[in-house]
Amino acid sequence: MGAGTDLGRVRGLGSAKSGVHHWWLQRVTAVSNLVLVLWFIFSLVRLPSLDYSSVTLWLRQPVAAVPMLLLICTVFWHLRLGVQVLLEDYLHGSARVVGMLALNFYTVAGAAAAVFAVLKIALGAA
Amino acid sequence: MAEFSLPANSKISSAGKRFPAPAGAKNVRSFKIYRWNPDDGANPRYDTYELDLADTGPMVLDALIKIKSEVDSTLTFRRSCREGICGSCSMNIDGLNTLACTQAIADIKGEVRITPLPHMEVVKDLVPDFKHFYAQYASIKPWLQTVTPAPSGEERIQSEADRAKIDGLYECILCACCSTSCPSYWWNSDKFLGPAILLQAYRWLADSRDEMTGERLDALEDPFRLYRCHTIMNCSNVCPKGLNPAKAIAEIKLMMVERAG
Repeated sequence: MGAGTDLGRVRGLGSAKSGVHHWWLQRVTAVSNLVLVLWFIFSLVRLPSLDYSSVTLWLRQPVAAVPMLLLICTVFWHLRLGVQVLLEDYLHGSARVVGMLALNFYTVAGAAAAVFAVLKIALGAA
Repeated sequence: MAEFSLPANSKISSAGKRFPAPAGAKNVRSFKIYRWNPDDGANPRYDTYELDLADTGPMVLDALIKIKSEVDSTLTFRRSCREGICGSCSMNIDGLNTLACTQAIADIKGEVRITPLPHMEVVKDLVPDFKHFYAQYASIKPWLQTVTPAPSGEERIQSEADRAKIDGLYECILCACCSTSCPSYWWNSDKFLGPAILLQAYRWLADSRDEMTGERLDALEDPFRLYRCHTIMNCSNVCPKGLNPAKAIAEIKLMMVERAG
């Protein structure tokens, strides 16, 4: 694998021929985060009060629950993409594998729990 | 890998020497210079040289040459053209990577601290090892490549507008000031090509005469080779030629998106 010369080391295993998809998705989720987080803040500010009953009453409406689910997806997706870059920057070898596993488990589990919470309020008995 | 403390044999010792200004000096300025000799087994140190600016040329390189000629001939550094076109005297001066020959002493306040380019292997004193950097340059195939056979007996025609597209790119002198100011390059220079080499790569991607654009993009599309750039912009901040490697890298990323559709 060409580790005997400087150029051999640089050429290494070659290009992964990926990266543009990751980069583009990070931009797309950044834009959807911006829109949905603004919607979220705006919606909360417009509520008559922030106590449990008025927030759950608001979240039961499809026009609130659906964007809320989208917000959860886009935030966790963006988090996963961004922290992946961070781990690749600072961790090498097996530490990176462990970090990536933890990241993937955390984001999928965290998003699932958040989605479940919203569905429970939106679809549950009043 | 990110390193936040120096290995024991790289820590700066306090055993630096002091070379006082000559008697009767009118305008004294001290130069605190990183010294390391691979042959004496000692840790690196800072030596301090006091010069009379009334008797020294205006640039930091003039001071270094004066020190080497008149004060301490063991001081080792690279220099050649002394007018900012060869890129030999790149070093860290007063905390910023730049060329010693185009950095005026008058623009620096107080003591002038000079160290080698950051996060490079040091050969001796202010001389870093460029082997890996040059191999990275060779890896992007920095020459014109075409499928069309070369025109016989005439030059390859390029319009003035197309020629203008490599302005701000062809001027790069490969001094490595930008790459060695980039934290992404510090942590991952084994795979990340760094701003200098990526600007050079874009110089060939932007050349209307080159026909290997797809192959060049293939070789760059990699989470490390290209996408370790997080637009930190230190590169564009320090470039002694006033170029903008961050913009060149952004253009490569746009070409990647354009081709992915």
